[in-house]
Amino acid sequence: MGEKFFGKPIKRKEDPRFITGAGNYVDDITLQRQSYVAMVRSPHAHATIKSINVDKAKAHPGVIDVILGQEMLDAGIGSIPVGWLLDGLKTPPHYAITVDKARHQGEIVAAVIAEDSYTAEDAADLVEVVYDVHSAVANPAKALEGGAPQVHSDAPGNVTFNWQIGDKAATDAAFASAAKTVKLDLRNNRLIPNAIEPRASLADYNRGTQEYTLYTTSQNPHVHRLIIAAFVMGIPENKLRVISPDVGGGFGSKIFQYPEEIIVLYASKKHKRPVKWNAKRSESFLTDSHGRDHVTTAELAVDANANITGLRVKTAANMGAYLTLFAPAVPTYLYGTLLAGTYRTPNIHCEVTGVFTHTTPVDAYRGAGRPEATYLLERIVSYMAQELKMDPAEFRKKNFIGPDQFPYQTPVALAYDSGNYVPALEKALAMANYTKLRADQAEGRKNGRYIGIGFSTYLEACGLAPSAVVGSLGAQAGQWESSLVRVAPTGKVEVFTGSHSHGQGHETAFAQIVADRLGVTMEDVEIVHGDTAKMPYGWGTYGSRSGPVGTSAIVKAVEKVVNKGQKIAAHLLEAREEDLEFLEGKYQVKGSPDKAVSFGDIALQAHLAHNYPADLEPGLEASAFYDPANFVYPFGTHIAVVEVFPDTGKVEILRYIAVDDCGPQINPLIVQGQVHGGIAQGAAQALFENALYDDNAQLLSSSFMEYALPRADSLPSFEIDHTITPSPHNPLGVKGIGEAGCIASTAAVANAVNDALEPFGIRHLDMPLSPPRIWKAIQDAVPAQAAD
Amino acid sequence: MKVSIKVNGQNYTRDIEERTLLVHFLREQAGLTGTHIGCETSLCGACTVLLNGNAVKSCTVLAASADGTEVTTVEGLAKGNELHPIQEGFWEKHGLQCGFCTPGFLMATVQLLERNPNPTEDEIRHGLEGNYCRCTGYHNIVKAVQFAAAKMRGEAIAAD
Repeated sequence: MGEKFFGKPIKRKEDPRFITGAGNYVDDITLQRQSYVAMVRSPHAHATIKSINVDKAKAHPGVIDVILGQEMLDAGIGSIPVGWLLDGLKTPPHYAITVDKARHQGEIVAAVIAEDSYTAEDAADLVEVVYDVHSAVANPAKALEGGAPQVHSDAPGNVTFNWQIGDKAATDAAFASAAKTVKLDLRNNRLIPNAIEPRASLADYNRGTQEYTLYTTSQNPHVHRLIIAAFVMGIPENKLRVISPDVGGGFGSKIFQYPEEIIVLYASKKHKRPVKWNAKRSESFLTDSHGRDHVTTAELAVDANANITGLRVKTAANMGAYLTLFAPAVPTYLYGTLLAGTYRTPNIHCEVTGVFTHTTPVDAYRGAGRPEATYLLERIVSYMAQELKMDPAEFRKKNFIGPDQFPYQTPVALAYDSGNYVPALEKALAMANYTKLRADQAEGRKNGRYIGIGFSTYLEACGLAPSAVVGSLGAQAGQWESSLVRVAPTGKVEVFTGSHSHGQGHETAFAQIVADRLGVTMEDVEIVHGDTAKMPYGWGTYGSRSGPVGTSAIVKAVEKVVNKGQKIAAHLLEAREEDLEFLEGKYQVKGSPDKAVSFGDIALQAHLAHNYPADLEPGLEASAFYDPANFVYPFGTHIAVVEVFPDTGKVEILRYIAVDDCGPQINPLIVQGQVHGGIAQGAAQALFENALYDDNAQLLSSSFMEYALPRADSLPSFEIDHTITPSPHNPLGVKGIGEAGCIASTAAVANAVNDALEPFGIRHLDMPLSPPRIWKAIQDAVPAQAAD
Repeated sequence: MKVSIKVNGQNYTRDIEERTLLVHFLREQAGLTGTHIGCETSLCGACTVLLNGNAVKSCTVLAASADGTEVTTVEGLAKGNELHPIQEGFWEKHGLQCGFCTPGFLMATVQLLERNPNPTEDEIRHGLEGNYCRCTGYHNIVKAVQFAAAKMRGEAIAAD
């Protein structure tokens, strides 16, 4: 197999349609007799619905219907289920339209269907809802206090689960015998995903075939079909076709099955016409599943030689008002299991309480649990280094798992199969010119310049994941991936994948793999995804799984096609199969390149089946289902260099250096793009983004005016490089890179800002490290410094 | 009311509701769905088009107030099959991922480079601060604009 395309920075095949305005997103699809729905949403975070009067809305010209929760309940539409169960998990029902109470601001209380979107919006304002408003709670720590408002009557104390991992007794003992311990209270701020394409759904019920088609913004169309058909609507799974066309960013928020998707399907069947819904940005803020939101106490212990001996973590994780699809897994198995990071910490114990609050549900958002763990670990490691008056890079290096220690069993379930952490650190230090940086920092401090240098020597576990393993941990799903490779008589190739691209460039990266292995051109290969009627069953794209898992299924299917082609070639060349080799698109007799037949000829013969092996089926296609043997474990070193301006509290990122190891890179251009975007999102959590609720659980940061998404002038250009440590267990050796940047960068930036603030005697500030927070901390600290 | 807008050189005369937004006119009346709606509050920039040559956010312009104007959308940027240098730059430099914000960035860049054909990195970043991208971290968007600017100035493009 020649590698003409693998590893090359090939321009993306999908780009021409996007740069010419020819993309096809859900809102671009218009069907005949299409109607529109607008949602009536609760303005209150916690309120009993006393009455709803729909008369005026129904009488409004152009209005087709107003749908309430009770009607859908009576029609047998069920609760939207949770896809990951933990021991003792409380799972109160979550209906598309609430019937009794609103439990978060923005919860749907009625749906108005009309001839056009403007009319639907007008009529939504005419629905009269009388609420009995109750007190509400937004903060997870407060929700656990006695007397806090209760979100669900069947989840006493607002607890949905208690979970722990690691050896408590051994960890307590490690702390008892430690030379030094540190303790940090950390708030992992809540984030709002804000994919630039708002969610959208269009349902089309065909009364002839009794088939539903749902066009929706989904990262995993088959998961949508399974959950909605089998668990919510009670319709045969093969009567629901889910199409997820071009999707404008996901970041986790488009994994889940949302109320609006159920409503458009129900309304389309009821009225025998297509029904469309588009989220307004205000609805995205209030109803896309949010991310993060932990209140944590973390403690780290070292021995007299600065070896880390223990990590103890206690977290209250805000789950919001309802549990959505992956929610219980995020602050547990995707969080507690990552707390070893790159370090030889022998004793770890982590306790998590999942807490209901009167807020938008919280679920997977880029990194999902792993950024929370990495922020905590990398922050407390730097904090300890400072306590020990050790260089943070040295302290890390001293505690790294050595390259000879793999496979490495952590005390928190994961078994790392490969890794080599020092070279990535050394490379990043060299890129940063670290010694000089520290000298510049010291010099600056003399002159009133406050430079900070922050590290994050992260590890992440992605490529979800061995199905039996996730099943044993509570997943109600498999986590393998599928592929179908179909060769046409002309030798053109269609590759159907269960992965879904919503920015990741699969149409290019996957084609590179296939083109190499079949000896065809990139143009000969079409990657098809996003339609349950076309693809084999697939679990979709999240958790950085399409690189390691999705491509592995493709490689396996291509192998089957090549092997079948070899049988046909042997027949045509009158040679023995084992005497042939497949090189650059030709089957040839080993050592006799003139005795050869091209892949294109084989494709044609496979379809004609005129001159053909008697015992072989015609046609040339194969499918494969790949279940990974382990997670993959990308890692790297990120270094942020920031300047804090004490007069304003503003932070500027001066430099950002990242060395990541995702194994061999299929397409470096795409890998770099993923790293850039990840860094930006993670750095934005450290500096800008914060979903803020008031005491009535009203979302204060509910638009782009109050929620600080980074803009082009908020960030610098990034300096990035890589090391290559292949994963030993998948055919390409590749590891996921979609989330790594986001997992690593939050801690690097937060560590840098805290490092910059050291001269003020400030040891730790929570995120977001916004100008007011920093300015106030400096003001509070200045009296202590006045004597300097 | 009757509104007549010339979009990408073609006249569209339509009877519309007075409150129709320009972005809805473009998407629904003219069938040009390349212009996207990301926030309806002129903050995200996904709906940026050129109105009589000026970059505007079409989600907060009434179609009625655009009566008699000329609008250029992303669909009007290429000359036939020949991409505009800005489109080329975004493709060459991987300046897009999901593609949703891209049309707005392309149109905002047209104006940026008209006003400043040789912008510094800082000027590019400030010039595009009215557009959100959630995928790229802006790194490659800056490179894409630099590529386009160099090409539009007629300079040879340096390899990376």
